[in-house]
Amino acid sequence: MKWLISPRRLRELGVLGMNRRNIEYIGGHNERRLFPLVDDKLKTKELAINAGLNVPRLVGVIRYQHEIHDIETLLHNQAAFCIKPSKGSGGKGILVIHDHDDQQYYKPNNQALSLADIQRHTSNILAGLFSLGGQPDKAIIEDLIHFDDRFIRYSYEGVPDIRIIVFRGFPVMAMTRLSTAASDGKANLHQGAVGVGIDIATGCASHAVQFDRPVTHHPDTGTALEEVAIPDWHHLLYMAARCFEMTGLGYLGVDVVLDAYKGPMLLELNARPGLAIQIANHQGLRLRLKTISKMESLALTPDDRVAFVQSRFGVPVN
Amino acid sequence: MQERIPFYILVLLLICIGLGSAIYRHLSLEIPWLPGETREIWSVEARLEFVADGDAVVAQMAIPDTQPGFTLLEQATASPGYGLSYLTEEQLPAVRWSVQKAYGKQVLYYRATFLLDSKQTEAWPPPPEVLPAPILPEPITLAALAMIEQAQARSADQITLAAQLMNALGSEDQQVALLRQNRSLAEAALLLMQFASIPARQVTAVPLRHNRRNQDSVPYLMVYSGDQVAFFNLETGKEGRPARLLIWEMEDQPLIDLVGGSNTRVSFSMLREVVKIQTALEEKYADVSAMQVSLHSLPLEEQKLFRGLLLIPVGVVVVMIMRVLVGLRTSGTFMPVLMALALMQTTLGAGLAGFVLVVMTGLVVRGYLSRLNLLLVGRISAVIIVVILLTATFSVIAYNLRIVEGLNIIFFPMIIIAWTIERLSLLWEEEGPKEVLKQGGGSLIVALLAYTLMSNHYIQHLTFNFPGLQFVLLAIVLILGSYTGYRCIELIRFSPFNSADQEKGK
Repeated sequence: MKWLISPRRLRELGVLGMNRRNIEYIGGHNERRLFPLVDDKLKTKELAINAGLNVPRLVGVIRYQHEIHDIETLLHNQAAFCIKPSKGSGGKGILVIHDHDDQQYYKPNNQALSLADIQRHTSNILAGLFSLGGQPDKAIIEDLIHFDDRFIRYSYEGVPDIRIIVFRGFPVMAMTRLSTAASDGKANLHQGAVGVGIDIATGCASHAVQFDRPVTHHPDTGTALEEVAIPDWHHLLYMAARCFEMTGLGYLGVDVVLDAYKGPMLLELNARPGLAIQIANHQGLRLRLKTISKMESLALTPDDRVAFVQSRFGVPVN
Repeated sequence: MQERIPFYILVLLLICIGLGSAIYRHLSLEIPWLPGETREIWSVEARLEFVADGDAVVAQMAIPDTQPGFTLLEQATASPGYGLSYLTEEQLPAVRWSVQKAYGKQVLYYRATFLLDSKQTEAWPPPPEVLPAPILPEPITLAALAMIEQAQARSADQITLAAQLMNALGSEDQQVALLRQNRSLAEAALLLMQFASIPARQVTAVPLRHNRRNQDSVPYLMVYSGDQVAFFNLETGKEGRPARLLIWEMEDQPLIDLVGGSNTRVSFSMLREVVKIQTALEEKYADVSAMQVSLHSLPLEEQKLFRGLLLIPVGVVVVMIMRVLVGLRTSGTFMPVLMALALMQTTLGAGLAGFVLVVMTGLVVRGYLSRLNLLLVGRISAVIIVVILLTATFSVIAYNLRIVEGLNIIFFPMIIIAWTIERLSLLWEEEGPKEVLKQGGGSLIVALLAYTLMSNHYIQHLTFNFPGLQFVLLAIVLILGSYTGYRCIELIRFSPFNSADQEKGK
């Protein structure tokens, strides 16, 4: 049966299921009181700046409804920007504008929005439409990431981001998410973005999927996905490993983007990272997580940890 | 795994408490495991008729009490003009009527309702003292002793001895003829028992037959042997007590004690009512409180409320199973339970049609509202009002089309519907109609499943009558909450891993 897999096989392959992730990893390694650090992107940003990590520049924060009227002046000098809810989840409510003339605001697909549209979107964010549990929220306006030219062939409209799962400070698995026409420029796998598994040791592609099924080429740009290689990979892993000390969260999803001018930048952290990364890598997470659980001494520096995972979790070259 | 042991002990404990309390309730309060059991409630009316002499009248009539096989539920009298007192503290429970002056034919009524109750454990009254045999002419004494001697040879204990004696009394023997000279069968029997030193008494019994009037009571002989009791019909001499034989009086007393009247006659009429066991038990335990704390003691309105409330955990377990074991996504975690509750108020078809209709129309209206650029609170409030208007409209239309079930839409929780509409509409905007169908369909499936279980006759019976089973549900929820295995959906989702091994093999 091709469309069904036995639980025994999954266990042998070390595939992590949702229930076990919730109970053993999120429940067991992420303290509840630390969640606000990552659920609120503004706080994450502050933490990252204090830790010396690169983040997208903050243009402004809108906290109250009345500030929305002045959003025009705030945006006047900012050609490209994105507005996102501070407590948003799953990429909801992120509005990307890559150009504007104070009347028309253009999305990456050149769809024009009016200022009123922008204001309504911001108002929705403040009302908590996109936030976890519908709580009142802040709207963050930040500098748009500049496409790294080396990536332009691999992504359709959106900026690809790199997701790294960090367990007790060890980056255990990574993938990059490439937006497609099907995903409407968004980097969400379940909406149709392509997930490319990245070899932890080298930063090169190891496997790729769209809608959970293997693909070899990007459906829109047609480039071969096996050529994907992340520049500056070691530094990226180092950044991800640092996030453990920064937040104290044991099981963490770190989202990094590559900016053409400023290099890798920490985009956001996720205390409940999804499981699709396993499909993108064609690898179960559990074996790696177990290896790390068994390690006694955890007084390792981020550099040590990166070295450890690069030596242990690399995909063997055939 | 070591630290999980207290958890499993807790779960086990909860299951034991739950099942234990249910079994206790079943055994001690006789609540049946299955619904639909019935019990008989008999109302027996005694009609006392006499001719008053024209002077003061005091009529005292023995009345029955709770006894093995019967539980007294209530009693009442009808006796216009008479003073009434219940003498229930006496050894012989009785009712006493009195009046200053009465003349001519008088009719007094006493009515008691009894639950035919095989579990009634009330003890029989203690055996009477055995009095020394009276001194009678010698031939009679000799005849009696001879009969006893014969009977003793053929019996094992007092009850079998009594049976043999009663048998002998029925024969056409010479001794019997001697004994029964100037004596009724009852008197002869009692005399024999006295000679044989068997504790026995004459009681008055009423055989219950549905819808009979003008019945006479039947004298019975009640024979004791240690803890055992046997009955002999003194009219036929037959042994045994039919299930529906109510012992009206059991202290060797006359049924009626009348002063100031004559021509007494007591007749009985009776009526059977077959009721649901719940009704019967409610009446039986109406004034037994403390230990038998039960939802049945609440007023009917509250009982109905709890009937619904106690079903919610069933729905919650369904939701947990569908989410944790199957992996279905629903819009709003426990929305399906609320929907199932609402469906239970309506009929299934009408409820579903109404729900889908309201949500669909709501989605259209919500689509327009989203263009008005409103605050979230404003939009939800608007949707709530629109939903209420829609429900009202549909109800009126349905009523005019003579589809009365349409009216039942009003049972849906409006605010929940409004939020469902809001969530689905957001989902539509963000993830497309496919996701709406997925989550909306998921919610509907879970709701239907929850509804099927919650509307099930047996489950309703169990949850309401055995509230202890909630502990079992709690234990199930705890177990499910700690389940770390794969969800069914994941077996499909991760199926690409089927090819994983082959690659490694290369």
